[in-house]
Amino acid sequence: MTGDVLIEVQNLSIGFTGRSGKLLPVLRNIDLGVRRGETVGIVGESGSGKSTLALAMMGYLKHGLRVISGQSVFDGRDLLTMPSRELQRIRGGKIALIPQNSGQSLSPNLRVGAQLTEALALHGKLAPSAFSARVIQLLQQVRLPDPEVIASRYPHELSGGQQQRVAIAMALAGEPEALLLDEPTTGLDVTTQAHILELLSDIAVRFDKAMIYVSHDLGAIARVCSRVVVMYAGEIVLDGDATTVLTNPGHPYARGLLASIPRRGNPDLPMALEGRPPPPGGAGPGCSFVDRCAIAEAPCRAERPGLQPLLAGGRVRCRLPERAESIPTKRDGKPASAGGSFGEPLVRLSNLAISYARQSLVDQLLGRKPQGVPTVDRVNIEIRQGEVIGLVGESGSGKSTILKAVAGLVGPASGEIAYDKSGALPATVEQRRPEQLREIQLIFQNPDESLNPRHTIGQILAQPLQLYFGLSGGALRERSIAILERVRLGAHYLDRLPSQLSGGEKQRVAIARAFAAEPKLLLCDEVTSALDVSVQAAVLDLLDQLRRDNGTTYIFVAHDLAVVRALSDRVAVLYQGRLCEIGPAAAVYSRPCHPYTEALLGAVLEPEPGARPILMAEDNMELSPPAKGCPFQRRCHRKVGSICESTTPPQRDAGAEHVIHCHIPIGELTSAQTVSALGNAGRPHVQ
Amino acid sequence: MLRIFIHRLLLGIATVAIVSGIIFAAVEALPGDACTAILQRDASGERLANCRRELGLDRPAATRYAEWAFGAVRGDLGISAHNNKPIASLVGDRLKNTLLLAGCSLALGIPLALFLGVLTGLRRDKFSDLALSTIAIFAMTIPEFVTATVLIFVFSIWLGWVPGIVTASASSPLSAFFPGIVLPVIVLTMVMTAHIMRTVRSSVIDVMSSDYVQMASLKGVPYWHIVFRHALPNALLPAINVIALTVGWLLGGVVVVEKVFNYPGLGHYMIDSISDRDLPVVQAIALIVAAAYVGVNLAADLLAMAFNPRLRTLKARSP
Ligand SMILES: Nc1ncnc2c1ncn2[C@@H]1O[C@H](COP(=O)(O)OP(=O)(O)OP(=O)(O)O)[C@@H](O)[C@H]1O
Ligand code: SF4
Ligand code: SF4
Ligand SMILES: [Mg+2]
Repeated sequence: MTGDVLIEVQNLSIGFTGRSGKLLPVLRNIDLGVRRGETVGIVGESGSGKSTLALAMMGYLKHGLRVISGQSVFDGRDLLTMPSRELQRIRGGKIALIPQNSGQSLSPNLRVGAQLTEALALHGKLAPSAFSARVIQLLQQVRLPDPEVIASRYPHELSGGQQQRVAIAMALAGEPEALLLDEPTTGLDVTTQAHILELLSDIAVRFDKAMIYVSHDLGAIARVCSRVVVMYAGEIVLDGDATTVLTNPGHPYARGLLASIPRRGNPDLPMALEGRPPPPGGAGPGCSFVDRCAIAEAPCRAERPGLQPLLAGGRVRCRLPERAESIPTKRDGKPASAGGSFGEPLVRLSNLAISYARQSLVDQLLGRKPQGVPTVDRVNIEIRQGEVIGLVGESGSGKSTILKAVAGLVGPASGEIAYDKSGALPATVEQRRPEQLREIQLIFQNPDESLNPRHTIGQILAQPLQLYFGLSGGALRERSIAILERVRLGAHYLDRLPSQLSGGEKQRVAIARAFAAEPKLLLCDEVTSALDVSVQAAVLDLLDQLRRDNGTTYIFVAHDLAVVRALSDRVAVLYQGRLCEIGPAAAVYSRPCHPYTEALLGAVLEPEPGARPILMAEDNMELSPPAKGCPFQRRCHRKVGSICESTTPPQRDAGAEHVIHCHIPIGELTSAQTVSALGNAGRPHVQ
Repeated sequence: MLRIFIHRLLLGIATVAIVSGIIFAAVEALPGDACTAILQRDASGERLANCRRELGLDRPAATRYAEWAFGAVRGDLGISAHNNKPIASLVGDRLKNTLLLAGCSLALGIPLALFLGVLTGLRRDKFSDLALSTIAIFAMTIPEFVTATVLIFVFSIWLGWVPGIVTASASSPLSAFFPGIVLPVIVLTMVMTAHIMRTVRSSVIDVMSSDYVQMASLKGVPYWHIVFRHALPNALLPAINVIALTVGWLLGGVVVVEKVFNYPGLGHYMIDSISDRDLPVVQAIALIVAAAYVGVNLAADLLAMAFNPRLRTLKARSP
């Protein structure tokens, strides 16, 4: 049901002038046609040029970029040379963008209704008197509850999912023929993301528009697109129908990418794709992927392969597409470190509650306790030596808060954290013994923020070595090099600054710094979420290796359930700072019992064509946990009744250390499964 | 909103009260007092004791602080040790002159700075931006007395267009300050314009490269519409605080400029009083300057809140 070509990018190259004065290309010879009614996904790692390409399709270049050659034709005319007055008419009116971060893409000083009205007025397809009715209609189309209320709000008063819906409504306002989506669900919680993707694929079918969907996430692409284009280092390396690209692609890079994605249903570690893409202008005369390619040959280095058509349909930029099929796309083998034999309990969180509510000046003077419901409450977890425990949950579920409490950065409001044989840990860093500080190390999500940009890697590693072991001179250097080698970086990194490293390398330095202290307990806070999947796989592999070598205990926090599964022995599912379920990873993932776990796992996207998430919990904004009863009561699809609102759910024992906090009796919990974790091919249903 | 206003006002008053205590204590800690200033060389033995008894300086510090503070609230700042006149009227005259100087500079400088800041921000890295930004850096870094000297040399000595110093006395009517006030106003305007302009410029650049401006332009919103409706309301928010700082700086008495141009304002008077060891006056001026700072910052916070829906709704909704 696809029609004629609507968008046609021809031999497009875009670049910027580097510091050396040379013109560095970020897009190279892009040829891409999109037909009416077609949904094309563009995937690639960070920096591969996806966004630049998508914006060029709207005739937009970011500050500093310029066209080197080629055209971006829409409906027969080149947008890159079009006068701005005409461009204004096409943008929004004929092509609309749905941006990644809607929170930042809506003007903070204007109400939602006013911004939608502006979009309507600009494209003059309606009489002004009809604007307000249309605004409401648009907000309804994107399934926002209470459209009148939403229209009168400022953007910052909406949740992330709601902001994204408003952005979609805004894009639809001009009744465009083409929709460009740049990472529209990145940064949203999984359950929210599932809802937005559902809405988008519905829009694609219902409105028969050309859609271009840019994302680094193959799972999201699989959900929405019928055709997928893979980009690498500013080039299109593969273009084909979604099923082929997602299951049996003909390019080594695409195959490596698939293998590096952790899968929820597979407890094995994903496979790392070593190396990194060349920087803009850094590709040699040959294939840009040659340094990372497993089947590269000498001629690959000499001549740049063209984008050739494949017999089976689609196009590929590789000299050896048939041989590429020998590269595995899924990993079998190497499971994460063996579970089972763990030592003594190392950390015990008993009845832990943490509150961020600050005492106001008046409260302090009167000696009153701060009011409000604690952010984290009633958390009981026992962690044994050598074990990896994963904490999962959506944003605001208190994962990082628990880590911070263990690290001594926030004090518990009540309950205690017992450590090793020494009993309760002092609440704050200042009160802890140096030995305890050394033994408990924390790694943060963003290495850019946790590594001092002015210190060399050598200085960064020297800090813990001097502080805890008093090393200096030659011994210090020797030890630093040994540690760098353990995270698979060479001695030549010692004199570099963090800004000279890639994201994955920086995270390795952060890990190296933590391991320099020879910790017993390592707290990992979303350590891979700022990284590309191929890099993430390498970091996960590294963490697993280090744990195996040193017997370190990890508390591993991530919002990505598949990542957690790959590394953890046991998993704790949190909602609004309360435990929902805790048990061995295999048990929790194979038969989720708690209604929230069920919803969370049902929403996870796998890069399988035709995979459909099952939507259960609405993506309501919840600012604070309910004062009593079950934390999940407001979104639960299996709620028993008023008991869920009044009484804290009991712990139900499902055997083999698997505990579930819910009012539903255990028999019913385990039997009446609406979602099976692996077969998720059912129709989505929204409550 | 009203709640916040009252809360902030009370906090401001408390700040001024605490500062007044610190000023009093600091002046107290200095060697010498009003009597040593009045009697100068003769300040010893019997005469000093007599003087102190007369002025009540022999009473405990707390009593004197209370008396001073309550007087200040009623507008009575005491008597100058230097010439026995009420400080309120002495300082009042200078304050009026300082306000005139600050007012003229602000009236000229703020619109100019906003205009130039927006212009350079929008024309980032083009010739006009580079030229104006370079000039601004010069205006900021060259010390005021150098600028003042150069201006005096060019416009009054060489060209003879305006007088190089102000001849009016502190209590002259405002009209007597023209045209002598022109050069000091220009010097002050240059410095403050440069500061404000650079803040506005970088904030305009930030906002113009923000996602929402990019989004608006991809929505097809015309350029000037983007600038006025989407960009400037957000870009000018940071300017409020810089302007407040500038106003505080101007009201605090711009000592160097007033001294160079012989302008009878607060700063000038402060320096004179310090060299005369006229401690009651120093104390009074310090208090006024502190109150002005607090007042201006309070006004800036409230303005920022009024213009920023994020702050407004956030504070209004949380109890
Ligand atoms: N304004 C700019 N000036 C110079 N270089 C730029 C500019 N914008 C992007 N680049 C470079 O162009 C390349 C492609 O950037 P682009 O934003 O298109 O990547 P992307 O694939 O969308 O990445 P991400 O997944 O991180 O969004 C990168 O190397 C980036 O550093
Ligand atoms: S052209 Fe050669 S180096 Fe490039 S992807 Fe194909 S096989 Fe690998
Ligand atoms: S206790 Fe009630 S609300 Fe909570 S998860 Fe169980 S059924 Fe749902
Ligand atoms: Mg991007």
